[in-house]
Amino acid sequence: MPLALQVLVQVSFSYLSTIAFAIIINVPHKALNLAGWAGAAGWLVYWGLMQLATGRMLANLLGALTIGLCGIVFSRLKKMPVIIFNIPGLVPLVPGATAYQAVRALVLGDLDEALSLTFRVAMVAGAIAVGFLLAQLVAEMTYRRPAKKLKA
Amino acid sequence: MENELLATCLLAGRIMIEGGSEMYRVDDTMTRIAQNAGAHSARVFTTPTGLFVGVDGPAAVQIAPVAQRGIDMEKVAGVNNLSRQFAAGALTLTQLHQALEKLDAHTPFFPVWLQILAAGLCSTTLMVIFAQAYDWFDMPLAALVGAAGFAVYYKVSRLTKLQFISELLGAFAVALFAWLGVRVGIGRSLNNIIIGAVMPLVPGVAITNSIRDMLAGHLLSGMARGMEAILSACAIGAGVAIIFRFF
Repeated sequence: MPLALQVLVQVSFSYLSTIAFAIIINVPHKALNLAGWAGAAGWLVYWGLMQLATGRMLANLLGALTIGLCGIVFSRLKKMPVIIFNIPGLVPLVPGATAYQAVRALVLGDLDEALSLTFRVAMVAGAIAVGFLLAQLVAEMTYRRPAKKLKA
Repeated sequence: MENELLATCLLAGRIMIEGGSEMYRVDDTMTRIAQNAGAHSARVFTTPTGLFVGVDGPAAVQIAPVAQRGIDMEKVAGVNNLSRQFAAGALTLTQLHQALEKLDAHTPFFPVWLQILAAGLCSTTLMVIFAQAYDWFDMPLAALVGAAGFAVYYKVSRLTKLQFISELLGAFAVALFAWLGVRVGIGRSLNNIIIGAVMPLVPGVAITNSIRDMLAGHLLSGMARGMEAILSACAIGAGVAIIFRFF
């Protein structure tokens, strides 16, 4: 399949899956579209880095950082909490499928496989969490005070 | 006055935790409501299973247990919005309390059919994304199976408060329908279809959030949420494994 078509499929499918998941977790209507774009951007970064063979951890970390930064920009635009964009945006990256495979391997008696998959879940979840913390750091560094004026 | 302030803080915190908010946001919102109501030295202690809030001076502390936890972003956004309005002075404390009670009782929700449809869409697109195989042939079955699994999960979770059971049965339905579909010949890769179709159920977000809570210093919350996520993962894995064991 040509690269352009692959990118198109990756972007559109991650966008759609993010919006679909956002509907399941009851994200407010007006945030749906932007949440979808946050998910697509994060997945594109992750997928691109994986194609370049940079390793799973770095790809997850930078993917999560992208989603976190998108979340911050969108939350300031829409005046909504960041997690409304972050949580659905994360769905393509999050190690849910690996967690399920780990438990399945465990139940089927394949302990070696279960152990290595469990470890991978922990590492990936850690990488994503660090990516988010970095995004939060950026947010705190660029935090402008005018928002406070409204509250005084 | 003090009682209403504490009760309003607790209600806001409880709704946010039930909606799946991060812990630091719960802390922050509760402290802010207290400060905007004039109590500058409010002390807030939050865990995913219970909340404490007190003010300096009078010996007044109130607690609230949190019985159920889910993910419902409308609740988090709603409380955030009300807290902003309160901060801007558009609402009085009594109005804020009433608005929170109303939000707690009637959170607007997407209709069930739309959620089930979304579960199908989520399953089929994520299957393609995870498998990286561009296997268009399996897409319709993955969508059907994902929607059916989510519908079972939804129905059972209305019947019982045990989340473990609804996740187990949802995953069991996913595996059963996927197996039948592959048997009938409308699907090829059983593994990929199941991975896609369990995605609306799996607690990937909960695992990540729990680690994030722990890194942010909320050790207790991180452990509690992590445990909850591990239990869900076990329920889903077991539900699917039943099929692999028997057939």
